[in-house]
Amino acid sequence: MTTKKIVLIGLAISIFIASMLSFYASANPDGLEFVAEQVGFLNTAKDSAVSGSPLADYALIGQENERFSVGIAGIVGVILTAVISFGLFTFLKKR
Amino acid sequence: MKIPQLHIPDGFINAPVSILFLVISAFFVFLALRGAKNQLDEKVAPLAGLAAVFIFAMQMINFPVAAGTSGHLIGGALAAILIGPWAGVLAVTVVLIVQALVFADGGLTAIGLNVFIMAVLATLGAWYIFRLLQKIFPKNRIGFLSATAIASYLSVPISAIGFTLQFALGGTAAITLDKVLIAMVGVHSVIGIGEAIITVLTISAVLSVRKDLVYGASNLKLSLVN
Repeated sequence: MTTKKIVLIGLAISIFIASMLSFYASANPDGLEFVAEQVGFLNTAKDSAVSGSPLADYALIGQENERFSVGIAGIVGVILTAVISFGLFTFLKKR
Repeated sequence: MKIPQLHIPDGFINAPVSILFLVISAFFVFLALRGAKNQLDEKVAPLAGLAAVFIFAMQMINFPVAAGTSGHLIGGALAAILIGPWAGVLAVTVVLIVQALVFADGGLTAIGLNVFIMAVLATLGAWYIFRLLQKIFPKNRIGFLSATAIASYLSVPISAIGFTLQFALGGTAAITLDKVLIAMVGVHSVIGIGEAIITVLTISAVLSVRKDLVYGASNLKLSLVN
């Protein structure tokens, strides 16, 4: 299989996971948050300076449809990550 | 359905220690930028780009673990074994920066803390454990995947210990450390199983189609792999 084909398949899988599968993610608190609550320091958490951003908490602001909301967040995240990472690694590779 | 916060928020760790880890992380990212140049060639570079994207996507699907909590892939071990440790540090760093800036996941002042435990500690820790195990285990597919499983599993409690260290140095809450350490390592010792499963399945899939693309498999005998 060519590298190009592998990368394209990998991107397709990533988009599927981020846009569709993400809806079914567990909403239970993450390990760190769980520990923070159990042990008693969760209340020291502060909101991020960008907590008002349109995609904060992996949800599209003002969007009631959760499936759509998280799906858009996933797709935007995949695209942004792809642009930065492919750009960075293409720049860094041996010429 | 709501994706929980995955990373260290602002406020858990005080400003001086957050800045300290920003400096330490920046130093490792600098080393990674230099180191990755020698590890990335025409073949690996596109895969490195993909690794960051895949890790971002996988981190969106928290899997439930016992007692009302959940875990997610860190991806440091996966990145190190697939594209090399230095490129791996960069891939996870890119994911963490996107998450902090765009999705408000992981505080902006906590970015050095998060990069240190997940992009640096988990990635490089997993890599050195993996390399050590490769020396001991048989040089075949089973040996390779066993080393992958153990290294990726251990990277999760290692990160948890890293957080506890940060908390010891600059935690804003007055809580005895042993409580934090036991809880962090306890929960993350379970979450590590998920990390190992996802990492082994992913590496194994790439190994099946193109063994030559897996950075950590470069010393595997072709005949034994396929």
